[in-house]
Amino acid sequence: MAHPPRHSAMLSLSNSGSSANSDKQQPPQQIQHIANTGLRVPSNRKTIYDRHLNRSRNAEISRSSFAFLFGEMVTYAQRRVTGIQDLEKRLNEQGYPMGLRLLDLLYYRTITSSTSSSLASSSTSTAPPNRPLRILPLLHLIHGPLWRLLFNRPADALEHSVSPDTPNEYMITDNDPLVNAYVSVPKEMHMLNCAAFVAGIIEGVCDGCGFEAKVTAHNQPTELWPGRTIFLVRFGESVMEREKVLERAGIK
Amino acid sequence: MSATKASRIGEELWKTRIDKVNAELVTLTYGTIVAQLCQDYDSNYQEVNKQLDKMGYNIGMRLIEDFLAKSGVGRCSNFRETADMIAKVGFKIFLNISPTVTNWTSDNNQFSLVFDENPLADFVELPDDGRAQDELWFSNILCGVLRGALEMVQMQVDAHFVSDVLRGDDATEMRVSLVRYIEDEMPPEEE
Repeated sequence: MAHPPRHSAMLSLSNSGSSANSDKQQPPQQIQHIANTGLRVPSNRKTIYDRHLNRSRNAEISRSSFAFLFGEMVTYAQRRVTGIQDLEKRLNEQGYPMGLRLLDLLYYRTITSSTSSSLASSSTSTAPPNRPLRILPLLHLIHGPLWRLLFNRPADALEHSVSPDTPNEYMITDNDPLVNAYVSVPKEMHMLNCAAFVAGIIEGVCDGCGFEAKVTAHNQPTELWPGRTIFLVRFGESVMEREKVLERAGIK
Repeated sequence: MSATKASRIGEELWKTRIDKVNAELVTLTYGTIVAQLCQDYDSNYQEVNKQLDKMGYNIGMRLIEDFLAKSGVGRCSNFRETADMIAKVGFKIFLNISPTVTNWTSDNNQFSLVFDENPLADFVELPDDGRAQDELWFSNILCGVLRGALEMVQMQVDAHFVSDVLRGDDATEMRVSLVRYIEDEMPPEEE
């Protein structure tokens, strides 16, 4: 309570939300909770709680920095595994928590942008942001906003398995994954696709939304796109059952 | 070369010669790397620091070539110039930040880089386990990068963080000391 600087920071945060809702999104208990952690904070308030979440939204960094980091990450992972599958699993596991976090960030950003746009354009609602309930909206969230957040462009394709045996399989295609741009895979490991990291991110987003899924990355080169990668999303049994129920209930 | 000239070069290169990606992708990827190390080394933060430094060293050794190719700058005439080049060109073109060069020792062999911004540490809060804030240097990879990169241009340096806002300090500061200039050593048969 006796933290005037924090208070002012919270104020500026809710101001920029430009909606009455934002007060609800920042309950006072939360502030209290932050103040109670045992962590030391700088006296000049350079903490994550004092900085606007959208501060880095349009920030850019050199592509080589990413390539160096990612390369080092793969090399490090490689030292601790026994085979390709193991390596991919590890990269996947490393991407997973990132997906969970990105989901929060995505929600937060769709809130702020959708409330301001709905205020401007439509009278229908101050409805909360659409958390996907069905599979398709979820996949669109991944194909569009998630890809744009990560790679500054949408993914290249989104398909549903045509086989009647695997209605739970969906495919997201990236013709030229950024993560693989600077990775040269040795011949004897040609099955390896380091975009397993991105698959892990997708899996994190799906799980975080309540859609249990397994996601894997596969090489599907074409003449035009030698690095083309398919992310195979396999939803769990429970998700498919719920999907049927929701379909009958007419929920989109 | 003056510091302002170095800044100009850095700005110009950033605008014209650098392919870019979303900063958050880099931030979050780095975060997963540190988190993975903390997990693998069972929160032995000294070991995590060491591993980060090692990764940075590997990066630095390769990054210097990228730096020289993109910047086209020549040899620095003294260590003060090197410091400006690192802060205003190097950090600018790789991380889009320009830390302040300060706290020189009188022999001009040691300086500090003070980071106003640190994209690697955005969104970061250290674990509240009573140790991380005393032991982990979250951005330690940067020390390794400097060490590796400078070694490739014949400078042996020591780089380490002395404070970090993530630890509750008011500034993030890295101390860089020149150990020695590495002499070219000719292989004996080419004498």
